[in-house]
Amino acid sequence: MRAYIPSYQLTTPTSLADVLSLLANEPGIWKPFAGGTDLMVLLEAGRLDHRNYVNIWQLAELRGIEVNNDHVTLGALTTYTDVQTHPVLRTEFPMLCQAAGETGGLAVQNRGTLGGNIVNASPAADSPPALLAYDAEVELVSTQGSRWLPYQGFHTGYKQMLIRPDELLTRIRLPRNTTGATHYYRKVGTRKAQAISKVCFAGVARTNSGHVGDVRIAVGSVAPIVVRCVQTENALKDQSPDAATVKSAQATLRREISPIDDIRSTANYRLQVALNLLADFVATLKS
Amino acid sequence: MNKSEVSFKVNGRQHRVEVFPMARLLDVLREELQLTGTKEGCGEGECGACTVNIDGRIVNSCLVPVAQVDGSEITTIEGVAGEAELHAVQQAFIEHGGAQCGICTPGMVLAAIDLLERNPKPTEADIRTALAGNLCRCTGYMKIFESVVKAIE
Repeated sequence: MRAYIPSYQLTTPTSLADVLSLLANEPGIWKPFAGGTDLMVLLEAGRLDHRNYVNIWQLAELRGIEVNNDHVTLGALTTYTDVQTHPVLRTEFPMLCQAAGETGGLAVQNRGTLGGNIVNASPAADSPPALLAYDAEVELVSTQGSRWLPYQGFHTGYKQMLIRPDELLTRIRLPRNTTGATHYYRKVGTRKAQAISKVCFAGVARTNSGHVGDVRIAVGSVAPIVVRCVQTENALKDQSPDAATVKSAQATLRREISPIDDIRSTANYRLQVALNLLADFVATLKS
Repeated sequence: MNKSEVSFKVNGRQHRVEVFPMARLLDVLREELQLTGTKEGCGEGECGACTVNIDGRIVNSCLVPVAQVDGSEITTIEGVAGEAELHAVQQAFIEHGGAQCGICTPGMVLAAIDLLERNPKPTEADIRTALAGNLCRCTGYMKIFESVVKAIE
């Protein structure tokens, strides 16, 4: 049933400092509201349980993509459209651009934000596998100061994460260490466009004289959180990307993920697709 | 909660409305401003029937709380045609059978115009990508696709 709109509050402070004060003065009472592409769906379905929101969409401090020698730093309100059109992201972080292009239609891409995608904490979200594989870090800011955390480990369980009620996720930082790497991103849904993932696989790797070098893999929709598959990475490292390596890495991946049956797919299908995508990823490392 | 004042332009005309801040822009356009050209389909950002243009970007107006358009400039389907003639995209939809029941049409037209403003010479793939967020249950899409191709010509 549709929500009763008058029971919701959406307040619009004019500065980041005012937002942080509100979050600090009444912790847990106010939650940030960015592009609305997830929260408004829950609202219309009558399933938006929290009532008081602080609008952050208007905060220029949370926009923009900055590039220096070591990092690309994205404001939390960077939209999927912003991601896809940025030249450095297109060259060095193509999986993030691909994820952005496969999230909803254009109208959603114009509104949905990376920060929102992270704190909405869906295990089926499209950008987190790419962010994890790229070793992203996230900045959390409160009136007490700011701290950077590795994105890996930020989500601790289904919809659980290392952010305090008085903190706002303000920036996402990607280390520029992908030169010469192979990037493999594949989202498998019911159809190619406008579908939520059944499985989403992101892998980035380098090869040195026929062997797998640095490799990072993250998979979505196969566990309560998007999983960085460190053991599977270790099964590939320093190996030749051949059939025996694929088999051993698949056996590891099978233990590292825990897909379930739900409205979008089955555990068996998800497991098989994840294993197939791993094989496909390793095949791209042969040439 | 109390209503609050939100000001924005729609199709070049300034409006000031007293609304609940979480009200959907879609509902404010249709019910407060009587601009019923914008349609509701799914209400969850899948179908694109409620597409409007805010500050140069198309959005699903069912996913935008009205508090977020304070100070914005919005174009709805009612603002697309000129004084005396339809927009080339609208004319092409009429001439080439791009509209049947009409529910998806406002969103399709706004998405097509947005594409042509960003990219006056789109490829076939560009057109399909630009319209991917707009669902149609009547046409089978080809007539819509062909209408956009004709509008480009």
